Amino acid sequence: MKAGIIIFPGINRERDMAIALERSLGRKPRMIWHREEDLGGLDLIVIPGGFSYGDYLRCGAMAAHSPVMAAVRAHAARGGYVLGVCNGFQILTEAGMLPGALLRNASLRFLAMDCHLRVERADTVFTHRYQRGQVFRAPLAHGDGNYFADAATLDRLEGEGLVALRYATPQGESTAAANPNGSARNIAGILSPDLRILGLMPHPEDLVDPLLGGEDGRPLFDGLAEARVA
Amino acid sequence: MSTVDAALARSFGLNDEEYARVLAIQGRTPTLTELGIFSVMWSEHCSYKSSRIWLKELPTEAPWVIHGPGENAGVVDIGDGLAAVFKMESHNHPSFIEPYQGAATGVGGILRDVFTMGARPVANLNALRFGDPQHPRTRAVVDGVVRGIGGYGNCVGVPTVGGEVNFHPAFNGNPLVNAMTVGIAPKDRIFLSAAAGVGNPVVYVGSKTGRDGIHGATMASAEFGQDSEEKRPTVQVGDPFTEKLLIEACLELMATDAIVAIQDMGAAGLTSSSVEMAGKGGVGIALDLDAVPQREAGMTAYEMMLSESQERMLIVLRPEREAVARAIFAKWELDFSVIGRLTDTGRIVVRHQGRVEADIALAPLAEQAPLYRRPTAPTPAPPPLGAVADPAGLGAALRRLLACPDLCSRAWIYDQYDATVGGQTVKRPGAADAAVVRIEGHARALALTTDCTPRYCAADAEAGGAQAVAEAWRNLTAVGARPLAITDNLNFGNPEKPAVMGQFAAAIRGMAAACRALDFPVVSGNVSLYNETEGRAILPTPAIGGLGVLDDAAQAVGIALRPGLDLVLLGATAGHLGQSLWLREIAGHEAGPPPPVDLAAERRTGDFVRARILAGAVAACHDVADGGLLVAVAEMALTGDVGARLRAGPDEVPPVAFWFGEDQGRYVLAVADAPALLAAAAAAGVPARLLGTSGGAGLTLPGGETISVTELRQAHARFLPAWMAAGET
Repeated sequence: MKAGIIIFPGINRERDMAIALERSLGRKPRMIWHREEDLGGLDLIVIPGGFSYGDYLRCGAMAAHSPVMAAVRAHAARGGYVLGVCNGFQILTEAGMLPGALLRNASLRFLAMDCHLRVERADTVFTHRYQRGQVFRAPLAHGDGNYFADAATLDRLEGEGLVALRYATPQGESTAAANPNGSARNIAGILSPDLRILGLMPHPEDLVDPLLGGEDGRPLFDGLAEARVA
Repeated sequence: MSTVDAALARSFGLNDEEYARVLAIQGRTPTLTELGIFSVMWSEHCSYKSSRIWLKELPTEAPWVIHGPGENAGVVDIGDGLAAVFKMESHNHPSFIEPYQGAATGVGGILRDVFTMGARPVANLNALRFGDPQHPRTRAVVDGVVRGIGGYGNCVGVPTVGGEVNFHPAFNGNPLVNAMTVGIAPKDRIFLSAAAGVGNPVVYVGSKTGRDGIHGATMASAEFGQDSEEKRPTVQVGDPFTEKLLIEACLELMATDAIVAIQDMGAAGLTSSSVEMAGKGGVGIALDLDAVPQREAGMTAYEMMLSESQERMLIVLRPEREAVARAIFAKWELDFSVIGRLTDTGRIVVRHQGRVEADIALAPLAEQAPLYRRPTAPTPAPPPLGAVADPAGLGAALRRLLACPDLCSRAWIYDQYDATVGGQTVKRPGAADAAVVRIEGHARALALTTDCTPRYCAADAEAGGAQAVAEAWRNLTAVGARPLAITDNLNFGNPEKPAVMGQFAAAIRGMAAACRALDFPVVSGNVSLYNETEGRAILPTPAIGGLGVLDDAAQAVGIALRPGLDLVLLGATAGHLGQSLWLREIAGHEAGPPPPVDLAAERRTGDFVRARILAGAVAACHDVADGGLLVAVAEMALTGDVGARLRAGPDEVPPVAFWFGEDQGRYVLAVADAPALLAAAAAAGVPARLLGTSGGAGLTLPGGETISVTELRQAHARFLPAWMAAGET
């Protein structure tokens, strides 16, 4: 699997993502400046976390209109994989590639802490190294991670099995207390209908090394390494 | 326009004698712009005129020191061909006037001091002092400062990995916000600020210049009165997005050979950067302000020279590399403008709209800067404490201490700071006595801490100064790191008051003694004076930022207790209750001398502890600090979520003094093999005592009382969230 990481001005977790990808894929990802328009030869495009354009407008709103996003859409239309983490998830929703929006955290404060995620679906390229119902830990770091969509959209996501990850207790219960940011139905990550795009708020890429507190995020990247690609 | 005279000079912060010196240097009445330049360059903030003679007493050298004080930040060799670049700086005055922007721009400023030397910032820390939680303004200051530190640091993508917080009524009108940044650079690629090469272009990069922060350095050199709210326009506004671009653009430029010299525009903006770069290089500089990127129309030369708009740098380039540099800044969509040239005149000449607005010889501007040996008066030593009754017993006191503002959980604060970005944070806030950040691509890691105990300094500034340095050294040692050097941030009141200057001189004496005894030199620092509001000074606060190194990050230990281990106390306990938190929170008074620091014992015990950690014989280690021994053990239990059973202390020390005394130079170690540790300690001449055994779900005190870890956690976690929530409507 050949991976590339898109860097918009203000993105700041591209090195974390590169480390996690290299650890699992065995090769360095291509770092893609946002003005590039040719994403040929890549199987996975990652939009990492950060504050693209400072997030001075709505988070991700500026980056979503960047020229490189046309290439990302074309990549997705070709059946390529796309992973958006944190600001990357926000950018994907702003670009209309995933439904819903990420609002200010319910507490109105930036939150940086570990959360627990329950795997809702383990038959995707992103999650197949986890078990369905498995709980894993991941750091989160965001001010705008409160997933919102209208009830019909939420029902459709649930009905079509497109909720990938939900905030949960360590025991796997998706309670209000386990929901760090007020997300609708504790949703932490969602998939596109073809299961080839995943957007999530927490940072599995920051937990792939026992020395840094655990390897809970590693199965996501190991799973990508095993994915069959064209 | 104002008439330039002694009265205007006074309003700019220059006294009559200083203004007379300006007249002598210029040989005429200065222009408004010239007066502005003199006044900011000679402000306390920029000239260190009250502190400089004392700072010389601090040791600044060691074989691993590459650059000590005098550069933008200190630089030490950490092995593997790498250098750590670090400094701490205050943003106290702006943070009271406008807490969010004051704190945010404090972070931005210290980041620039580090990356201007060629280092990628890898960690931020802070040291914060707030007023009494009961004071009506404290909550808003805490809220704004925490949001500001997070708002800036989170956005630029530098993890905020550590810090400290105290509350005390002495900070009601003058909080302290000290921000520290640590960066990593190849040790043979350090960039300095001394300009060279007559004719070389002087380039301005970064944000445009606006009218914000004009005379900020002067504000930072005066006391506050009741009108401090009106000084809000002197506070700058931060733009962390531009800072992030500036970091990346500068580091990209630094990978080329285009740069001759570089300096950030910090306090006093374009004035201090151009004057210092040219002055250090022994050259002249000619600036054309028409070329300065401007945010608003109609700015005068005076305004542009004194603006403290953020996120700007001044660079002297090799002329043939100008196009390379211009392309890099175009890529990052940052302003890039040649605003001047180096000259051979030894003067700074500032032109605007065809007129010479300032023309000053650089040598006298630097050499005739005021330097004061201000009168000092010693603070009388506090009388001995004498006998103290125990009103509470161990269990009740522990519950109350863990819940008090100075000891409660800081999670409400650090949960708003991104501590993991960068993917190298081995020990996050709360996990260990020092933050541990691995160096990308290496096994090596930095250990980082900030420390000071202002109430000790108020009671005895010399002992307090020594204690601050020793505690930083101890916290680095407690994770297994080899302490290398410190940066200091000396926060004091009005230096024109002999008692304050006496505190300053005494603190320096204590710090210097500790630095020498521990081979722990000062490599950078900042002095913040005039921390007074309506004539009341803060507690003297020489905050220390300590840096150490671990050859292998995997050797770092934290404070989390695990079941089935023995707890061993290392270091001597006389039961010193003077200035302890137990005395203040439980017995209800602040009195007595602070605990003395025995520097020889400190060194002996610390070196012993570090060797045991690096030998792999220690599962957890925590220094004994605020709150004393029982609080230290409780913090280990809370972090590990496991209880412990404690044995009685020695007969000769009263129980409250043994468990809550704040004797220095002590550590609690959790080990699998206590007999081996006790034997080794005896052989090394280090006092050691078995305290008890870990396990279970409760902390069992020597009297038999058991407090569940759950109850301790509730007590510990309660204060900050509840107090902040009470302020939300």
